[in-house]
Amino acid sequence: MSQEKQCHCAEIQEEELYPRLEEVIKEHKGKGEDLIMVLHKAQNLFGYLPRKAQELVAEGLNVSLNEVYGVITFYNFFSTVPQGRNSVKICLGTACYVRGSQEVLDKAQKELGIKVGGTTEDRRYSLDVVRCIGACGLAPAMLVNDDVYGRVKSPHLLDIIEKYE
Amino acid sequence: MMISLTIDGRTVEVEEGTSILDAAKQANVHIPTLCYLPEVQAIGACRVCLVEVEGNRTLQAACVSPASKGQVIYTNTDRVRKARRFSVEMLLSNHPFECLTCAKNLNCDLQTLAYELGIREVHFTGEKSGGRIDESSPSIRRDQNKCILCRRCVTVCQEIQSVTALYLQGRGFEARVEPAFDRDINDVACTNCGQCSIVCPVGAITEKEYIDEVWEAIHDPSKFVIIQDAPAVRAALGEEFGYPPGTLVTGKMLAAARMLGFDRVFDTNFAADLTILEEGTELLTRVKTGGVLPMITSCSPGWIKFIEHFYPELLDHLSTCKSPHMMLGALAKTYYAQKAGIDPKSMVVVSVMPCTAKKFECNRPEMNGSGYKDVDYVLTTREFAKMIKQAGIDFENLADGNYDDPMGEYTGAATIFGATGGVMEAALRTAYEVATGKTLENVEFSAVRGLDGIKEATVPVEGIGDVKVAVAHGLGNARKLLDKIKTGEASYHFIEVMACPGGCVGGGGQPIPVNNEIRALRAQALYNEDCALTYRKSHESPSIKKIYEEFLGQPLGERSHHLLHTHYTPRSKF
Repeated sequence: MSQEKQCHCAEIQEEELYPRLEEVIKEHKGKGEDLIMVLHKAQNLFGYLPRKAQELVAEGLNVSLNEVYGVITFYNFFSTVPQGRNSVKICLGTACYVRGSQEVLDKAQKELGIKVGGTTEDRRYSLDVVRCIGACGLAPAMLVNDDVYGRVKSPHLLDIIEKYE
Repeated sequence: MMISLTIDGRTVEVEEGTSILDAAKQANVHIPTLCYLPEVQAIGACRVCLVEVEGNRTLQAACVSPASKGQVIYTNTDRVRKARRFSVEMLLSNHPFECLTCAKNLNCDLQTLAYELGIREVHFTGEKSGGRIDESSPSIRRDQNKCILCRRCVTVCQEIQSVTALYLQGRGFEARVEPAFDRDINDVACTNCGQCSIVCPVGAITEKEYIDEVWEAIHDPSKFVIIQDAPAVRAALGEEFGYPPGTLVTGKMLAAARMLGFDRVFDTNFAADLTILEEGTELLTRVKTGGVLPMITSCSPGWIKFIEHFYPELLDHLSTCKSPHMMLGALAKTYYAQKAGIDPKSMVVVSVMPCTAKKFECNRPEMNGSGYKDVDYVLTTREFAKMIKQAGIDFENLADGNYDDPMGEYTGAATIFGATGGVMEAALRTAYEVATGKTLENVEFSAVRGLDGIKEATVPVEGIGDVKVAVAHGLGNARKLLDKIKTGEASYHFIEVMACPGGCVGGGGQPIPVNNEIRALRAQALYNEDCALTYRKSHESPSIKKIYEEFLGQPLGERSHHLLHTHYTPRSKF
């Protein structure tokens, strides 16, 4: 749903990637057993799996689109929504959870107006949860792209993420 | 190699590789199952068929565990009973408990199992995963609240029908059986064959019911309501009333139809004979004039939708004949309306079919050759049985009834339409005589009978040469034939395809359960009726001769073209 409201330039860039997807599919033509591998490559290409890409993969590998979508929705790795320019990951590992990371997550969802796994309409942020990033001493911890933030309190959340365009 | 093992103290010898479940069957030990589906699926997902194997730490799922030499198995220990009960209680904890108002009430595997396991209380409570009700399709109703994720529908749709309209989406609490992007089933490449409704152990997939609409028409004095029954219905309807599979109940079926209050009782078999005249002539014309070959039959609307979605480039191969019940509907509102002096506007035609796809078919916009909707409602065999029960009719003690003229009489060729190979055999009986002008002595073409997935035969016909034919049932088999046509490997003249395994006797609207044994018994009932009938070739039917004399003129004539033939629509494979 959010896809429909996105700006146009992203779609134009996306269109340019399809010939490359078709090359990938060509190598696996009719090989349904390669589905996960091809989806993997497709996601690397687009950053997510747009419906058109799913249809091309289904057609090319001779697999039902309904099965393709089933595989995509089974694995957390695959995403059907475009990823934002910045990835916000809140740790819900045991230590962080005990120290209140759920509250941080609730705040992030509320402020960004998206749920876990979602991307803001302007594609500025994607929101995900992770299970322990090895920063338990700094709990609750979060990541924005490759930067780790420790002892995050929900009132400070916006100050952190607003640094990222 | 045979191996020996012990099940509940009984020694049993089985072929190596046999599952514990099948071995137990041989020892006459009943192990309950839920997700298991003979001939189709054994995945051990539901954990209901658990058994204790001596020396094994954990309980084993009998449907997926091979029996091994010297094994000692117990199927009725305290541990086994508690584990099975636990599994079913877990399923019940996520179930809506709408049994009393569910279409599958009294014919539900989950209900039966809960009863057999003596579950009196569900100890687990909490949020239910829920789901939506999808009523988009005129054929199938899906209620995801009731789904237990056994995957039988997914497997039959994918492995047997090669359609995969449904798939397991998401995981864990979010898991659900849906098309991609959770679209409505009517918006995806679903053939409406209804095999999913046959295998669904609960009420998550059922046919879309039109019983109330039909009652309303019957009770409306301004309506003239006509019923027709497909051949496969008479070979299976009895099962709904406790008769063993393969009991032919033609007479009772016709009597029941009249008692329900229908104004006229016609027989789809009449139109099956008509189909043979039209389709046979079409075939001979194509052979003589170099038309598109092989020609493929068009009686099965699940098959029609399949080829429209997946092989639209081959649509020219289809016969242009409507399916028999649509022909009868069109003739009821023209030929019969004129003859009987009834306003076709007041007519309601109800078809009792072994089929869910025909519900979609009768709503196709082009099915109005009569100037009205040719067929108003399609009921499945199951729905028809429900109506008989709702009316309180004592089916068992019904005296045999009869069909009405002029569209009731039929030949043996028509009645075998209900079994795979039947349309082919019927067509050959007529085409041979029409092409050669000689009498066909042996009318039985055994090569096209039976449950082999793809059957082939070569029939020498004087003046034409060897006629090569093929028969496929189940859409997976049809797909194999179509792929051969595409690559040019196949050089047939005529192909019969029926969407459901076993043909219409195994149709998506037939009594549940359906398996190969039951399919074969129902087919045999039709072959028996064929043998017993006076006329066994469609063109010999006096009623058929009459309708051509009085109304249609000749096969493929202008009236036929208008009322009995149709065209097809290419559709997306997504």
